[in-house]
Amino acid sequence: MADTADVPAVALRGITKRYPGVVANSDINLTVHRGTVHALVGENGAGKSTLMKTLYGMHRPDEGSIEVNGEHTTFHSPADAIAVGIGMVHQHFMLADNLTVWENIVLGSEPVKAGRLDAAGARAQIRELGQRYGLAVDPDELVEHLGVGARQRVEILKVLYRGAKILILDEPTGVLVPQEVDELFSNLRELKAEGLTIIFISHKLDEVRAISDEITVIRRGTTVGTADPNAVTNRELAEMMVGAALPVPELRESTVTDRVVLELKGIEVITSTNRTALSDIDLTIHAGEVVGIAGVEGNGQPELVNVIMGIIPPAAGTIELSGVDISGHSTLKRREAGVGFIPEDRHRQGLILEAPLWENRILGHQTRPPASKGFLINRAAARADTQRIVADYDVRTPSIDVLAAALSGGNQQKLIVGREMSGNPVLLIAAHPTRGVDVGAQAAIWEQLRHARAAGLAVLLISADLEELIGMSDSLKVLLRGRFVGTYDPHEVTPESLGGAMTGAERVG
Amino acid sequence: MARFSLRSLGLAAAAPVGAVIIAAAISSIVLMITGHSPVDAAIGMWSGLGKTRIQISAINNAGAYYLAAVAVAIGFKMNLLNIGVEGQYTLAAMIAAAFAGARWLGDVPGVLRVVLTFLVAILVGAAWAGIAVVLKVTRGVSEVISTIMLNSIAGALIAYLMVPGRMAILDGNLKHTVDIPNDGLVGAISISGSTTPLYTLTLVAVVVGIAYALLLNRTVFGFSLRATGLNPAAAIASGIGAKKMAITAMLISGGVAGLVGMAELLNGGAHHYSQEFPTGYGIMGIAIALLGRNSPIGMALAALLWSFLGGVSNSLQSKHIPKELVTIMQGLIVLCVVIAYEVVRRYKIRLEQREVARALSDSPGSDLAEAGVTA
Repeated sequence: MADTADVPAVALRGITKRYPGVVANSDINLTVHRGTVHALVGENGAGKSTLMKTLYGMHRPDEGSIEVNGEHTTFHSPADAIAVGIGMVHQHFMLADNLTVWENIVLGSEPVKAGRLDAAGARAQIRELGQRYGLAVDPDELVEHLGVGARQRVEILKVLYRGAKILILDEPTGVLVPQEVDELFSNLRELKAEGLTIIFISHKLDEVRAISDEITVIRRGTTVGTADPNAVTNRELAEMMVGAALPVPELRESTVTDRVVLELKGIEVITSTNRTALSDIDLTIHAGEVVGIAGVEGNGQPELVNVIMGIIPPAAGTIELSGVDISGHSTLKRREAGVGFIPEDRHRQGLILEAPLWENRILGHQTRPPASKGFLINRAAARADTQRIVADYDVRTPSIDVLAAALSGGNQQKLIVGREMSGNPVLLIAAHPTRGVDVGAQAAIWEQLRHARAAGLAVLLISADLEELIGMSDSLKVLLRGRFVGTYDPHEVTPESLGGAMTGAERVG
Repeated sequence: MARFSLRSLGLAAAAPVGAVIIAAAISSIVLMITGHSPVDAAIGMWSGLGKTRIQISAINNAGAYYLAAVAVAIGFKMNLLNIGVEGQYTLAAMIAAAFAGARWLGDVPGVLRVVLTFLVAILVGAAWAGIAVVLKVTRGVSEVISTIMLNSIAGALIAYLMVPGRMAILDGNLKHTVDIPNDGLVGAISISGSTTPLYTLTLVAVVVGIAYALLLNRTVFGFSLRATGLNPAAAIASGIGAKKMAITAMLISGGVAGLVGMAELLNGGAHHYSQEFPTGYGIMGIAIALLGRNSPIGMALAALLWSFLGGVSNSLQSKHIPKELVTIMQGLIVLCVVIAYEVVRRYKIRLEQREVARALSDSPGSDLAEAGVTA
């Protein structure tokens, strides 16, 4: 062992992969030591998956060399990669629900004994593998009865069954709940202890730091460096990923004016199930002011948003927009009066996934130029304005004719932000504007909010990210059980005291 | 992105063409099981296609089918299921017939008379559909149930009105509305080799088809209609009023339904409405809208396919093959097409995601997950 210990399990040198018109990977250098967990981190679109496809033989690089266990190799297909002991655990499970665990595992490389499927042998081998690596699953269980964590173990077993010594895990925690993540990590440690090498692809920095022995950061298609997980902070890693000092959610000098844009007085909302979702809500937002709403989910945030948007009626109270009582106005009339809306769930309320980007630009603006002209849709103008949003808001897409479903979450969100900022809004309702987007898009969205605020936009910001709330708000209110229970100055409040107020542990007047 | 549109055209055709082929294959199996020859059936259908008489009546029928399909599709586009086209068009045809034959219209010039007849048909169709939608927006009654019931009520209402002394006269054994005078009718083109003339009012279907295409793709209303159908929650958040959309869409749907029987009434040989007036177009319309996927052109092709299949069904009997084969085949086509569309739809989204991911050298795996499309 001693003489081979220094030979890396995988060494990639100068890997470059071009697609027509784009360089997906350029000059990638990656060294993965044996018996370690090596994390590969980068933003969405940085080229992580392209690189892994190279390593798994799904395509051939245009330049560069691949060495596995010190030997120069060329992969023509995944079969070649499997042959040298590389296995891939895909992010999306590829299991047949109506087959048992062992059937799924042997599928495609069935053991044969005397011309017949050797079920007993397969079961025994899978049990043995499971015991050795601490991957407990019953070989005879139907996959449809398994939870997500167990399914993932089956996927890993599938790879191990084929003799893999180097495992690639592509975003393995994306589908897991925290307890399952812990379980996965203890499985991975066990695999590592047995001498296997693991390449772990993720953009969840906490998890990466918790599990890996070494981290390689990839940015814009190339490797920019490695980091020691014990020494590096999340912020440093994130800065390596985006290639610049990470923007922090903070506002510069106050732009708050004394012109009231939105005023809620005594708003009460009763849901269709006769539950009081909001009561005694008084809220004032001035031009150039961002008011942040903190609160644990389920304390009336969606109702607050919906009542301002006119999607649900208030049971009592009035809503004024720039001095005009809009309590009885339709959603359309409110939007036409300049209320922009970034919904909490962009797939549910913000987009038509099965429509092209330029049609999504029209959504919510269908009665206003440039989207329409009288009762007709103005295609040319709507398309031109979509091009503008794509350029100004850095929406990464090959065309404005692709379906919204084809974009990544961050790019979908940037499109929505761009759309809602169109047509000079006076008020923006931003519910979790950066939820589920990568750091680059997050920075861009914050920057747009700052710009709009400086230009006199009034913003209602709802977020579960306390750092974002504290950094981006001029004033903070805590919503608890449908009531505002406190107003905070974001310059003085700490996340801890805010967290206390959100759960009702602390009450500040 | 010409490549995208060319491919989407191919994908759009894949589902219906595939469904028709699969349906034909299953029909062949059904024939063989029942001891008939699929080849004989194909020959019988092919020879039927060559007959002028069948061609003309198929084209005439296709016009009515198409109008019924458009009426259904307007609702379908926003997930509003107007199953009541049947009742809407029969009632509209009956009352329009009674109106056009009314003595007190005697001095009104022909053109105006025809225009007024059309107007009556549209209004009656819209009003009958309107009952369902009013129940829906005020009382939350499902339009599926109310329109089905309104079909039965329309039948009962017609029976009540088609009594001598009310809106009908007795002519031998046949109860029918007063014959429409010649200048209240619209001329049809007689074709040699066919007893049925070619209905000129089939042009109405063409005009409605073009109007439907423009409405859908070029107007704010059409955009709102599609948005409501594709994502109701997003439509509401975008200020598209659900009730208003439902009312408008249903009234337009009913109005178009009112036109379904007009070619038969004003071009046909009967000159009146009677119990012999053709029925079933409304139900056909649902199948054709499904098959044509609510697309203006797709439904036109589907309507032609349907009417030609119906037309050749009689020719099968000369080969001693029951004409019900065609009904089986039509049923199979609808069944297959519903499945095929879903398969193609999912494939198309996946394909495009992969395409975009590749163009951006992005990671398709994670983007798929984030886009949240369950495939």
